[in-house]
Amino acid sequence: MLKLVPLACALAMATTSAFAGGHCAGGKTLTDGKFTVATGNPAYYPWVLDDAPESGQGFEAAVAFAVAEEMGFAASDVVWVRSSFDEAIQPGAKDFDVNMQQYSITPERDDVVDFSAPYYTAPMAVLVGPGAVDTEASMAALKGLKWGAVGSTTAVPKLQNVIQPDSDLLLYGDTADVNAAIGANQIDAALFDLPTALFLSAVMIEGSKVIGQFAPDSSDNPDQFGMLMEEGNPLKACVDAALAALTESGKLAEIEAQWLQDTTGVPLIQ
Amino acid sequence: MCRSSSRVLGKPAAGLTHREQYDAAQRRRAVVVASISTVLVLTALVVLIPLTPGWEKVQKSFFNGAVLAKTFPKLLDAFLVNVMIFAWSAPLIAVLGLAIALARDAKSPALFPLRVFGAAFTDIFRGVPVILTVYLIGFGIPGLGLPRPWNSPYIWGSLALILTYSAYVAEIFRAGIDSVHHSQRKAALSLGLSERQVMRDVVLPQAVRNVVPSQMNMLIALQKDVSLLSFIGPVEIFRQAGVFKSLMANFTPYVGAAIIFLAVTIPATRYADYLMAKQMRDRR
Repeated sequence: MLKLVPLACALAMATTSAFAGGHCAGGKTLTDGKFTVATGNPAYYPWVLDDAPESGQGFEAAVAFAVAEEMGFAASDVVWVRSSFDEAIQPGAKDFDVNMQQYSITPERDDVVDFSAPYYTAPMAVLVGPGAVDTEASMAALKGLKWGAVGSTTAVPKLQNVIQPDSDLLLYGDTADVNAAIGANQIDAALFDLPTALFLSAVMIEGSKVIGQFAPDSSDNPDQFGMLMEEGNPLKACVDAALAALTESGKLAEIEAQWLQDTTGVPLIQ
Repeated sequence: MCRSSSRVLGKPAAGLTHREQYDAAQRRRAVVVASISTVLVLTALVVLIPLTPGWEKVQKSFFNGAVLAKTFPKLLDAFLVNVMIFAWSAPLIAVLGLAIALARDAKSPALFPLRVFGAAFTDIFRGVPVILTVYLIGFGIPGLGLPRPWNSPYIWGSLALILTYSAYVAEIFRAGIDSVHHSQRKAALSLGLSERQVMRDVVLPQAVRNVVPSQMNMLIALQKDVSLLSFIGPVEIFRQAGVFKSLMANFTPYVGAAIIFLAVTIPATRYADYLMAKQMRDRR
């Protein structure tokens, strides 16, 4: 017992000091002790469920809370604000610490604002037209489909090298033309990044369905989403460290599986 | 008399007339001037363009040997799709074009609707840009709910090309038919041939021969326009080059595609020129 007292003391000291000195975000946030996160207005499924990020439901909402926790903020210290795309990318002071609304990291944008390390890599997903919604999400079944894609995207090498369809694939100039081809039943399926595919099936192409997604492949130069911050924000290092820790522990993958695979019902194609 | 006649012939020692000597000197001078100016222009291009500040970047992204070597074989493969579409469209265009030309030439009052149809056809398909026709027919007709394989973009894209090019080809045939002199028809009719025989045996053979060079130009244009089908799906050479461009962030594949097109179209253009020149000589 006597032996345990100093240990407990040391532990208590360590914890306290970790919180006091190791709290990397201390004094760097917009409001001290609070972590202000911006999202879209409205915020969409499956990124935020029911436009209510406070609940932590939805992929981006869940990631925001996990990052906050990792940086030492309680869930009650996370403050949500809304922002438009233009507000987020215009240079100058922001009314948020980080902004999460599927911002793809590009070098051009990086000149104006800062991005965290990517918290999501958009995988390729299979969108099928009304005639092929019963297709099983297996490689064998996918090979037999008539395929299309936008010619300038990384979907093309994926199709050619991974799926290797039995019939000639058809390539189009933009998403609208792919829609037309699906509508005319000229193709059964098209390959898009998952968010685009979800949007198209929900809003643009009646009767279509996203039947599967591929695990993101780092060699494809994929679309990566980052948290957007004011240029030169000192918080970036903390956010990056938190994201690295979440990636390390597998927590980020867990959140992704929960909200982008289980909730959207888009299974992983093996 | 003898002396003066030899003067008129003007045969000097070299065996050439003064006029011929003068012409030869003029030709030599022309060749020298042309050579010098060509060398000057080429030197200017070869020396000056690489001096521009952006040349290195342009060279890297448009004339990249490594990228060309990597993509060229696949571009050639994709060109087979162009050749295929061309091969089945060209004969159909010739047939439909001739039919439309004959429809427009129909003289009988009962066939007036046929003439109207021919005129409307050529008006519409010469008036609408090819790419629009390809789009509308390529996506529109299959959109009516045709089952596979009848909704294939290859079929409807080809039809769009066939309709557009038939309109032009028909006009050329019509010009050829009109170019056969009126008196020939009259003469043939007076020999007891029917209208139909006159057209088939007298007018058409001459008309077709007269328009061969012009139709050759249409063939060359068609070969190039096959690439427009890439807009409705088929992965032919232009689309394949575009895919490589996106993947490698380099425009050299487009230059490769242009080289392949030129390899086919330059000989065809030369041949058309030859036919044209030959026709001019024959007519003199």
